[in-house]
Amino acid sequence: MTPRQNPEAGIEPATQLPADLSLPPHWKSEAGAQLAPGENIQAWLETDLDTRLYFAPGLIVLTERRLLARGGSELEWQSWPLAAGQRLEHHDHAGVGLLELVDERGRVAVWRYTLARNLAALRVIGEFDLHRDSCVSGQPVQRPDDSNCPKCKTPIPPGEDECPICNRESTVAPSTWTLFRLSRFARPYRWQLFMGFILTLASTAAQLVPPYLTMPLMDNVLIPFQNGQPIDWELVSMYLGGLLAAAIVAWGLGWVRTYILSLVSERIGRDLRTQTYEHLLGLSLEYFGGKRTGDLMARIGAETDRINVFLSLDLLNFATDVLMITMTAVILFTINPWLALVTLLPLPIIGWLIHTVRERLRTGFEKIDRVWAEVTNVLADTIPGIRVVKAFAQEKREGDRFRAANEHNLAMNDKLNKTWSVFTPTVTLLTEVGLLVVWIFGIWQIAKGDSTVGVLTAFLAYIGRFYTRLDSMSRIVSATQRAASSTKRIFDILDHVSSVPEPSKPVHLEKVTGQIELKKAGFRYGTRAVTKDVDLVIQPGEMIGLVGHSGSGKSTLVNLICRFYDVSEGQVLIDGVDVRSVPVAEFRSHIGLVLQEPFLFFGTIAENIAYGKPHASRAEIIAAARAAHAHEFILRLPHGYDSLVGERGQGLSGGERQRISIARALLIDPRILILDEATSAVDTETEKEIQRALDNLVKGRTTIAIAHRLSTLRKADRLVVMDRGKIVEIGNHDQLMAAEGHYHKLYMAQARNVDTEDPEPAAPNLPKTVAASA
Amino acid sequence: MSTASFQLARDAYGRLVLTSENGERHEGVTPVRAFPIAAPDEGISLISAEGHEVAWADRVADLPPAVRALVEDELASREFVPEIDRIIAVSSFACPSTWQVSTSRGACELLLKGEEDIRRLSRTQLLIADSHGVQFLVRDLNQLDRHSRKLLDRFL
Repeated sequence: MTPRQNPEAGIEPATQLPADLSLPPHWKSEAGAQLAPGENIQAWLETDLDTRLYFAPGLIVLTERRLLARGGSELEWQSWPLAAGQRLEHHDHAGVGLLELVDERGRVAVWRYTLARNLAALRVIGEFDLHRDSCVSGQPVQRPDDSNCPKCKTPIPPGEDECPICNRESTVAPSTWTLFRLSRFARPYRWQLFMGFILTLASTAAQLVPPYLTMPLMDNVLIPFQNGQPIDWELVSMYLGGLLAAAIVAWGLGWVRTYILSLVSERIGRDLRTQTYEHLLGLSLEYFGGKRTGDLMARIGAETDRINVFLSLDLLNFATDVLMITMTAVILFTINPWLALVTLLPLPIIGWLIHTVRERLRTGFEKIDRVWAEVTNVLADTIPGIRVVKAFAQEKREGDRFRAANEHNLAMNDKLNKTWSVFTPTVTLLTEVGLLVVWIFGIWQIAKGDSTVGVLTAFLAYIGRFYTRLDSMSRIVSATQRAASSTKRIFDILDHVSSVPEPSKPVHLEKVTGQIELKKAGFRYGTRAVTKDVDLVIQPGEMIGLVGHSGSGKSTLVNLICRFYDVSEGQVLIDGVDVRSVPVAEFRSHIGLVLQEPFLFFGTIAENIAYGKPHASRAEIIAAARAAHAHEFILRLPHGYDSLVGERGQGLSGGERQRISIARALLIDPRILILDEATSAVDTETEKEIQRALDNLVKGRTTIAIAHRLSTLRKADRLVVMDRGKIVEIGNHDQLMAAEGHYHKLYMAQARNVDTEDPEPAAPNLPKTVAASA
Repeated sequence: MSTASFQLARDAYGRLVLTSENGERHEGVTPVRAFPIAAPDEGISLISAEGHEVAWADRVADLPPAVRALVEDELASREFVPEIDRIIAVSSFACPSTWQVSTSRGACELLLKGEEDIRRLSRTQLLIADSHGVQFLVRDLNQLDRHSRKLLDRFL
């Protein structure tokens, strides 16, 4: 909820400011009264919390002379003239921002707000600094030429007020008419669908002929026969022939119709699945981090299938039913309007019944879907972790967890079935009642001479179909709801905009030298700032070692450079170009990545090596394998490069798998190489082999290596030491050792452990404070 | 069991300054609860600006009154987990959905990005993260009124 641009802003004299300066309407009069004549608002922030963290609106206004504020629960306005030595500082913790006004003597004031207002707060801070400096120096405000987004520091295109990168999050919920969104997928098949519709119309009409023929059969043949006249065989054979012909035509048309529509719906299903999966693959790692595999698999597999069944069966039947009912109604009215009226009377009641049950069933089905996903999630969580489960002898506990999820599923189904089970019999009951009404009214009309036996017979024949149709129509309620909730869940994926979006105006990199620059880069995961204010320039061909405790933000930094995540603040530049303006795939083609846990796909070794460049020649593959020191062990395998490796690369040792993944990175010949703990999962001997392979890989490339074992980073040109999301030291090994800072500490701790295999030292320099209870 | 053998004071910048038994000064320490939801009154740690634990108390109640007041004061100004007592309205049952809620910290709006942002802590407890990272707590599902429960039910 960043402040939207106010339409009135356009009336003001054109200023250079990117922000809108008019206050929200409810503050206008109150805050306006505080301003001295000639005083102008430069920036403002509406706070939404008071100092005790209760929701309460407050306002901070910055003018060219002073800072005015009324905190959340305060009644009085306070003001502070701008003076030298003042600073506005901001921190945040758990979704709450804190803005402090500080001078040389201490804290002057403090305000709090939820992070929704962070952008406005940053703007106030920026403007505050400019105007304070101008007040102190007496010079007009020195505004830097380029207007940058206060949050992410990207330049804002001229004529736009809000940063296009920061404001892309959608807050609009998809409409409830989600099913209609499937029309996007139906569009390519509109002619087949139209054809299907015409056929449906025709076959339905054909089906309505037989009951119509019972009327003359009754009135012109059977009744006169009962009254003593002989049977007119010619007439009979004509009527019966008509019956047979109608049945055969209906059969033929129905067949073609069902065939065409099933073909279409299968194709729609295929498109839906493929598109969903392709979209899913384009989403950032952030999305995958927040989802569970079982749930995503269920969505793409089972739920698209359900939509499919809905389209090919349920919807088709429903369309036929509606047509049938409309046509029947028309026929009934032409035969006998009064009797038709009575026949159709229960229809609104059934319609109402369907409607009331609809809501209940829909929520029920949505819930069942979610519970079902929970059941699969338990499996997806446990089966890959089966070694841990067995090692800790927790089979029973996991079994109980599954049982609980299953029980939950059962309970939900039981609840729904209560409603569901009463529904169908009710419709049947109404059918019987309806028939009864028609009988009564029909007999009464015949007695009065207003109607004939034939008409009543035809009505009863029609109505039998009629009500069974309503019965099957009632099934559409649940089918539609199921399909709608499936559609919603599919579109949840399709609507998810990648947080690593493709640029709208892509910049193509001609030749990449491999220079990487991080400018005030920060990344926030949820509310936790994982890295902040990282400034680093990596020269082409340089090898950087990233060092720090686990959780210090090394991997996050690498993820930002690879663009697995986008920075929350600041910028990442490659050869001086913001990575967000380079097409994602093009950018990644310049990056080679070797991970701690090499992932091998099911396939041959050659395929795995050529994963990043599927059309690589055999010679290229072998060259890459040789350079990665993998050639020889591959040849020792029974099928050489054609040996199959399993999903997780079974049959190969950790070092072998790692060397295959190094060959994979070598083959695409990237300018930038990232080694994320590439050697930490193997023993020292294997590490040496891998190290030799890596030395080939590193040559002439910009390399960023993360390693726990500091000894593996001896070759690095510079070491970057990180601590709690920030860079604390930069320099080579000798410099950092001489500085005796963080790196020194880390190095010494490792040296101690490696050399003497000492148990962890008893931390003599830890402040002794409260003794932890033993 | 624990004896608070440290001094705690607030400086002019509003930061907490801890002086430990051996005279070391730590500026800008922050109190942190170890189990903010399960056991808020047990396990209080004081973390230095560098992120190291400089003091620990098993129970808030064990701290000397002056220290305890400072700690509780600081916690009150840092901890922000509004408890939802009523859901007034939701903009849609599909996410993202904007909820009007009344909480222990006053009425507000929250934007739910996806159903997975609702975490079940136990059978009756829920933690709901809004799009800006504020965590809302539902302490007991059964204590909510019928209307709120009905709305919430659609997301569970």
